[in-house]
Parts: sequence; C-alpha cells; structure tokens
Amino acid sequence: MPILKARERHPVTITLNGRPAGGYAEPRMLLSDFLRQELGATGTHVGCEHGVCGACTVRIDGKAVRSCLTLAVHADGKRVDTVEGLAGEGNKLSVLQEAFRRHHALQCGYCTAGILMSLAHYLEINPQADEEQLREVIGGHLCRCTGYTQIVEAAVEAAEMMRLNKPADS
Amino acid sequence: MKPAAFDYIRAASVEEAAEIMAKFGARARLMAGGQSLMALLNLRLVEPEVVVDISSIGSLNAIRIDGSSVEIGAAVTQSDLLDWPKLKEELPLLALALPRVGHFQTRNRGTVCGSIAHSDPSSELPLCLAILEGEVELRSTGGTRRLKASAFQTGMLATAKAPEEIVVAARFPRRKPGEGYTFREIARRHGDFAIVALAARASASGVRLAVGGVADRPAVLDLGGAQGAALADALNAFAWEMGGNDDIHATARYRRELVRRLGPKVIEEARACLS
Repeated sequence: MPILKARERHPVTITLNGRPAGGYAEPRMLLSDFLRQELGATGTHVGCEHGVCGACTVRIDGKAVRSCLTLAVHADGKRVDTVEGLAGEGNKLSVLQEAFRRHHALQCGYCTAGILMSLAHYLEINPQADEEQLREVIGGHLCRCTGYTQIVEAAVEAAEMMRLNKPADS
Repeated sequence: MKPAAFDYIRAASVEEAAEIMAKFGARARLMAGGQSLMALLNLRLVEPEVVVDISSIGSLNAIRIDGSSVEIGAAVTQSDLLDWPKLKEELPLLALALPRVGHFQTRNRGTVCGSIAHSDPSSELPLCLAILEGEVELRSTGGTRRLKASAFQTGMLATAKAPEEIVVAARFPRRKPGEGYTFREIARRHGDFAIVALAARASASGVRLAVGGVADRPAVLDLGGAQGAALADALNAFAWEMGGNDDIHATARYRRELVRRLGPKVIEEARACLS
C-alpha cells in the first residue's frame, strides 16, 4: 500500500503510442497535463477539464477515455494511445484521418484529436457500426466549427472503407 | 480546473481499502472510475486529503448471478455491464438505461457502483436500483451491511453510507418471467444528465413507475392497474409531491409536466411488453 504523497512528484511510466515514456507527476496531476507538459505530447487538447467536451479523449489500454478525468498516477504502467500514434509509416494518414481530411471534417482542429481517438476505438470493437451508432459516439464530443455534418460523413465513410479494407487514399 | 493537492493510495484489496477509510473517514474519498469524482476534484467542489483508488482490486471486478439477484462489483464499469452477454435476459431495464448513462467515452471508465454512490438525482443507475428495489452492499472494518435502495438514497448527492464505508457491490434483482420494462429520458443532448428520466415495470400485479430528475432522489410509485383519468390524477399528484427545482436546464413546472405527459406513455409501453 504505497502512499504517493501530495506535493511530491512521483515517477510515472507509460507506453505512449507503443514506446516507453516517463515523467514525474504529483498525485493531483491530470493525465491530459502529464501528456502535454511532462511528455510534450501536445496533440491531446484540453477543453472543459470536467469530462463534457471530449477534446482530451485518449485510449488507455485500448479504451477511449477522458484524459482530464484520469490521474496521471492512475495511468502508471498502462498503455496510452494518443492522436500522435494514428498515422502510419512515413506519417501516412490513417483511413480515418484521411476521411476527415477529404470531408473537411475539421476547421480549427481543437476537438479533432479526441474525436479521432473515440472513433478509432469504436470502429475497432464495432466494425459494422452504422450512422446512428457513430452519431452517438460523436455525441460525446463538442465541436464548435463544423456543425458535425462532415464529421459524421467522414466517420461513416471511414467505417465503410475499413470494412472493405480499402487504403486511406483510395 | 485543477484538483487541490491530495495523497493517492492504490488499494490492493478491500480489506486494505477499509483500513484506510477507517483511518481517514470523511477526509478521504474513494475513486473507482473517477467519472463523477474527478469532475468534482477538478472543480474543487471536493478537496479530500486522500484519494483511495479501488479500481484495481480484482475481487471487485466481477458480475455474478447470486440467487435472485445480479451482483455487480464496485470496479465493474458501465461498459463492462453493457457488454455482459446476459444483460438483456437478466436485467432488461439496465439494457435500456445503460446506453443513456454518460457517453461511450465515460462509460469506459465510469462504474455502476460509482454512479449509485454519487447519487445524482437525475442519473439513471440510481433510478434503476430504486424501481427494482435493489440493494447496496457496504463494507467497513466493522463488517458488512446491505441497504435497500430506498434506505440508501437519502437526497441530492447524499446516501446513508458512512464516511468510512465502501460501496463494494450493487445487487439488482433478476428479471422475473412475464415482466415488461421501459425507460425514457429527456435530455438536451444524448449522454447528458436527464432533465427527467422515467422507468416503468409492468407485471401481472400492476405497474410501477420511477422518476428521476424531479425530486432530490429517485421517486417510486405503484399504480396497480390504474387507467385513464385515475392514472392521470395519480400522476398529477405524484408530480406535485416530487416538487422539483428550477435550474439552467429546465423549470420545475416543465419537469412536472414531463411526468404528466410521458408517464402514461411509458406505462403503456411497459404494459405492451407484458408477455
């Protein structure tokens, strides 16, 4: 029963996008801040910081979760995947990212990283996802630019392409 | 929007967590999925000295059928329960309500017991526990006790849990043959807290309605076989009894009107499910 004392920085080691990464965190440090400030992984954005907007969504041990509602010390020893890990070799965009680009599913891009991480998890567990199910997943995110239409279109198309095993740029 | 400083302990067993809670009492807060507590911490609505993480206690991460109930351990997430293959058959009301609990992303960490322990008056799981007359199992160094939902739920964000006690499990009665269920809620956005949530259970002996989001805790009403004007009168009296408050989402008057309007619909739907 090790006690991690308040106001002291404790080592936290995670597997970030497949590579070991480590830093230090007070018990109260949010995973979102740990990723950005300790590890320099600023692809994960911070919006409301109480779980409503979804901008900070990352995957912990494969599951899409809010990094602002997770303590860095809780994530110690776990696998964390962020938007930086989505592109493949040579920064080639994934099927999902390419669909977002094609459909102009983002303007300012603030909410995009979180939405991509949610959809990446959801399409993995439910490759047969239909538009209604995808809309519900996107419902866990706030976007103030697009009006959501293009985001839904991109998600639906990405799901179909992944089902047909089509490459990202086809 | 950052929490105040606290010590953090990842408890390895229920016994260990109970010892910590016995020592710190109200100065400590238990965290399972953290989907309610982390928001409170970030907003500094709570500033505990110690946060006790019980999410990695293996014995709490189990769903099991125990006699006439389904026992859900305190580390079981809402997603885990939604993915439980027997959910529709054993707990059909929860199969209807769980997709409305938060979002996909919060259900992946939020626990069933955490939502019940948090006791927000408009949240879905306490409502389900109330209408089904489920129980909460509490553990401390002094022993174990089980409380019925009606005894556990005492008000807005308030329960009968003593500061040193841990909610270790929630017990939901299994579906009995020939029962019909419905669940409806009105919210600004799918996944937001309900303005009003209604659950109904129909059986041969009559209909029961439960309402969340109006009173300071889930309210339950047995309506027997009431129909037409008698049903409308009973729902009107029920709405006034619950009262409700105005807030930024809706007025108390609107909430009461939703009970009058949607009440007969969910009751009818539950009766139609009767086999």
